[in-house]
Amino acid sequence: MSSASLTHGETNLADFPPVQQSRTGFWFIGLIAATAWCAAALVIGGLPDIDDFERTGLLAKIAAGIAGTLFFFAVGEQITGFTTPAKLRNAGPWLLLTGLALTAWELTTAKYTLLPRPFFASPQALLEVFTDDYPRLGDSVWNSVRLLAGGYVIGAAVGFSLGVAIGWSRAIGYWAHPVLRLIGPLPATAWLPVAFFAFPSSHNASTFLIALATGFPVTVLTWSGVAGVNKAFYDVARTMGASQRFLVLKVAIPAAMPSVFVGLFMGLGASFSVLVVAEMMGVKSGLGWYLQWAQGWAAYANMYAALLVMALMCTGLITLLFRLRDRLLAWQKGLVQW
Amino acid sequence: MVGNLAEQQPTAGARVDVVDVSHRFDFDGKALPVLNRVSLRIAPNELVSLLGPSGCGKSTLLRLVAGLETPTIGTISADGDRITGPHPSRVVMFQDPTLYPWRTVKANVSLGLEARGLLRRQAHRVDEALQLVGLTQFATAYPHQLSGGMAQRVSLARALVNDPKLLLLDEPLGKLDSMTRMTMQQELVALWQRSGFTGLLVTHDVEEAVFMSNRVIVLSDRPATIKADIRIDLPFPRHRGDPRLAELRRQILGVLGLDTDW
Repeated sequence: MSSASLTHGETNLADFPPVQQSRTGFWFIGLIAATAWCAAALVIGGLPDIDDFERTGLLAKIAAGIAGTLFFFAVGEQITGFTTPAKLRNAGPWLLLTGLALTAWELTTAKYTLLPRPFFASPQALLEVFTDDYPRLGDSVWNSVRLLAGGYVIGAAVGFSLGVAIGWSRAIGYWAHPVLRLIGPLPATAWLPVAFFAFPSSHNASTFLIALATGFPVTVLTWSGVAGVNKAFYDVARTMGASQRFLVLKVAIPAAMPSVFVGLFMGLGASFSVLVVAEMMGVKSGLGWYLQWAQGWAAYANMYAALLVMALMCTGLITLLFRLRDRLLAWQKGLVQW
Repeated sequence: MVGNLAEQQPTAGARVDVVDVSHRFDFDGKALPVLNRVSLRIAPNELVSLLGPSGCGKSTLLRLVAGLETPTIGTISADGDRITGPHPSRVVMFQDPTLYPWRTVKANVSLGLEARGLLRRQAHRVDEALQLVGLTQFATAYPHQLSGGMAQRVSLARALVNDPKLLLLDEPLGKLDSMTRMTMQQELVALWQRSGFTGLLVTHDVEEAVFMSNRVIVLSDRPATIKADIRIDLPFPRHRGDPRLAELRRQILGVLGLDTDW
């Protein structure tokens, strides 16, 4: 009895001190990161290059700029009392690591050539690609995105419609299922020789292949989404006088959307690989073509630059898709975490 | 008394005639009889409970009345018109709230009006229905943010917005905690008295059946036949402690063969 009253007293909310807005303290790791970038700047600018690199000076300036910014935030915070953005603060360890890595990379390539030369490009050579070859690189990105978008949109639209139709109609399912089962798992790239032969241009052929690669996962996951809709959802709508059209558009499709987005995500991944292969094999533009071209000229710095841009493009597109999903499926928050 | 009550009200409720209905399911290629020659007349504005052992076919009977399925033999009609499919005048409230998770509370309640293309003209009825179940504040919430009782209230509002002549309740309170269930039993009865629809309630809870309805139909094991048809001639509002309710409950448990521990 006494213990009960004691517990009651202890759990009284008023006993807890109010949460204090505590300052996070000196950004120590920021200062170390600033030092690392400073060292990188000194190594790049101070030591002699083993070859004529055009952009050594610019690279040193960039490193010094980053070092200065970090120093400004780490020290300025203490003096002036403003707060460093939480995101920057959070990135501290990464900034330190990249500073150190850049220094090491610079030393082993441009300064002492500890790594075999043409294959391991120096940081300033990579920078030079961006400063000098940006029109061609930009053009390649544009062509890649255009080709990808065309094929992806067609594949997603066809896959979605087909998936809904198969999930909804038994008759369509009967005919589509075996075909899908046979053709679907075949990698889209296997169609490459046929496609380049059957279509009038390599651009059309690639669009077809990308659409094919996108379409399969979108179809299957839309279908399984529609087939997996809680049957009681239909009963509810039917008792209230819903038409077939209403059941498809307002019940089946919204309920299947989470699954559809998994399909769209998988389709996007598949479309990237088809895009690159198609560009390497026949299309005379785009990042895949740029990679191939750079390798042909043994321009390894260009190759790495193109790989970097490609990575940014892919992750950018995936992020875009996720944003769209978060917007359309806001109701899922708290139900499903990706 | 209850008969008088029903006659005093405007006859908004439907009369339901179940005539010699038998039904069976195909189960692994074998015919599984569920209902065996069930006949039943429900007067307008009555609230009738279907009571029976688990899996006896009471929910099946309710689905047949809703028009979600067609009986193998026999006919069911509402106000003399044979039921061949679902109709918005006969709305079902299921054991699970079955709210659409992608719709807000308000959009869920709008469902019936939207499905029939009446939403633009009768949008005010959505607000009225929400008010009726006391969830106006939660109009913009999503189902996953609601408690079980609140979700079931939304489900009730979604049914009522259609202004049904017949409300079919398929164990709607079965999954709620006992306190919420008692509150909602009272609310449902109050609502039924005010609105004047005919109610058919499937339940496995004898106390609930006795407390809420004018008539309790006791069904046998599968294939179900009507074992007893018991009138509950007590006025509303009823009190759970009423000795006459206890007596009726004992009588019904007797029919079900569960009276030994009483």
